[in-house]
Amino acid sequence: MNKDIFVVIEHRQERIADVSYELLTKGYQIAEKLGGEVIAVLLADDGDQMAQSLKSYADKVLYIKNEIFKNLHSEYYCDALSSIIGERKPALILFGHTVDSFEVAPALAEQLGIPIISNCVDFDIDGDFVRATVPLYGGKINGEYSFNAENGGIISVIPGAFKVENPQKSGEIEKIEFTFEKEYDDKEFIEFIEAAAGEIDITQAEKIVAIGRGVKDEENIDMIKDFADSIGAVLACSRPIVDAGWLPKERQVGSSGKTVKPKLYIALGISGAFQHISGIKSDTIIAVNKDPNAPIFKVAHYGIVDDMFKVIPALKAKIEEMK
Amino acid sequence: MNSVVCIKRVPETAEATLKIAPDGKKLEEENLVFSLNDADNYALEQALLLQEEFDGDVTVISVGPPETDEIIRMALAKGATNAIRIHHDDISKLDASAVASLLAEQIKDLDYDVVFTGAFASDDAFSLVGTMLARKLEIPHITMAIEMKQDDEDEAEISRELEGGLIAKYRIKFPAVITVQTGMNEPRYASILGIKRASQKEVDVVDDPTIPENKVQLEKISYPPEGKKAEILSGTPEETSSRLAEILKQKGII
Ligand SMILES: Cc1cc2nc3c(=O)[nH]c(=O)nc-3n(C[C@H](O)[C@H](O)[C@H](O)COP(=O)(O)OP(=O)(O)OC[C@H]3O[C@@H](n4cnc5c(N)ncnc54)[C@H](O)[C@@H]3O)c2cc1C
Ligand SMILES: Nc1ncnc2c1ncn2[C@@H]1O[C@H](COP(=O)(O)O)[C@@H](O)[C@H]1O
Repeated sequence: MNKDIFVVIEHRQERIADVSYELLTKGYQIAEKLGGEVIAVLLADDGDQMAQSLKSYADKVLYIKNEIFKNLHSEYYCDALSSIIGERKPALILFGHTVDSFEVAPALAEQLGIPIISNCVDFDIDGDFVRATVPLYGGKINGEYSFNAENGGIISVIPGAFKVENPQKSGEIEKIEFTFEKEYDDKEFIEFIEAAAGEIDITQAEKIVAIGRGVKDEENIDMIKDFADSIGAVLACSRPIVDAGWLPKERQVGSSGKTVKPKLYIALGISGAFQHISGIKSDTIIAVNKDPNAPIFKVAHYGIVDDMFKVIPALKAKIEEMK
Repeated sequence: MNSVVCIKRVPETAEATLKIAPDGKKLEEENLVFSLNDADNYALEQALLLQEEFDGDVTVISVGPPETDEIIRMALAKGATNAIRIHHDDISKLDASAVASLLAEQIKDLDYDVVFTGAFASDDAFSLVGTMLARKLEIPHITMAIEMKQDDEDEAEISRELEGGLIAKYRIKFPAVITVQTGMNEPRYASILGIKRASQKEVDVVDDPTIPENKVQLEKISYPPEGKKAEILSGTPEETSSRLAEILKQKGII
């Protein structure tokens, strides 16, 4: 049985993603069981500084250098990773369940012919068996999946699932100047484009009223907007509302939208998918949802299980009375 | 220009009360409504838009039980030209790589330029099948497409949507697999005429496909542990809202 844990470091524009540190921390629990080491695998062009900042989190930083890694190109990523993994045979390879890992991790699993469980919130190893918990159906059910890790395996974990602790290691940096045997010219990175600023900056709002798919109809938004205005709150939303074109992208809270930090966040008809919740940093979260099992009630401080179209008019009236 | 769209039948679970079936591995299906996976609806629309611009076929393909024909017919009603269903009684028993193999086995013999899949299925949210399919077909892929620009039939410019709404733009040559994120376009509704026509179209059924071995096993499904929970305010809307208003006042928020 192989022993080491590889953590594939995610970085963009020279910044390492938090999820990579989370995985390095979790990696130690697993490596301890196996008697192996935690190895941060950094594919980068200009990665010296990133490698330095990883040192205290890993037993070793494997810095694979090539200018191709400047921007993500899955085929080159997979070739480099396959080659290193083939040589060093780690027990497990960990990725964050992020947009870039969607591009790489499943392709790598296929290339190496090894199993992958993605979208995990937790995992453990028991002998040769890896077990992982995956939130299914928008988080209303947990699935437990397993694979035989005799020949290695890949796990991709949702950002925020584990806390970061700095183990204060002083991992050596092993730098490999990687050269490629194959060229891939059927895919090419062109450029990054920042999200447009838009009219309103919800990240600065002190109070937010956010709507989700539970609002059902574009016409219903006016009434919620009235309520938001009446308490001096900014209107925001979950992704499906933007997808439907009912509100502009700049109002979207979540992993592919904005991270907000208001004093008050009122979630109306939002189920509470992790991609939404990860964008809310607030001390007072209130959720109104018809479904008592909606995952949003796990992060909310106060909840009302009811129809938002009954609660909101009543709440608006009550608050007006108190003024 | 021909496209293939992989579509999955999924239960609508956001508002439903979910019950686990006696085998502990899947949901009781009696009271569930099933529909086309959200992201696949955008993938289908993108294929239909390409067809309008460059002509050609749109083939929809799905692995699933006979009930899957409902979503397949809906896709035909919107304008898909061909349909294939790879029969499987219980897709919860297949891992992502097996689904991708079953799809690849059929798609490899089709005449196609682009294969679209959803970026993720709303039930398992794996985001695996599209990329694995590309590997099985030995063609390049781009995941999380939110925009596609195309001047000719050989290549396209694809914008991937990353965290925080950042866009990474790529150029990709066809044939390729593109996984589509929700919001890429405005999916059309099927017309009455379309629905009528679709009812007469054939769905090719692959009855007895060779089922690849799973690498990943589903052990069981369970209700998530109770854990931390919000303080639930109960009563009529008047009572709950009045209690909530008090709390907000106490906290000095209003
Ligand atoms: C890569 C990626 C990035 C993503 N980024 C984001 C993101 O940035 N932000 C984001 O929000 N999502 C994002 N998503 C989507 C996310 O996974 C969920 O699909 C989405 O958050 C669900 O939105 P929702 O809660 O509004 O809808 P649903 O999940 O459909 O929930 C609707 C809720 O409304 C309730 N409801 C219905 N009617 C009423 C009523 N009358 N009164 C009260 N309650 C009612 C229902 O019980 C249900 O809980 C992303 C997904 C992926 C794969
Ligand atoms: N049973 C299936 N039949 C056809 N396509 C599927 C099936 N399962 C998944 N897909 C496709 O793969 C995408 C990603 O699914 P997943 O990897 O499960 O998140 C979906 O959006 C579909 O386009």
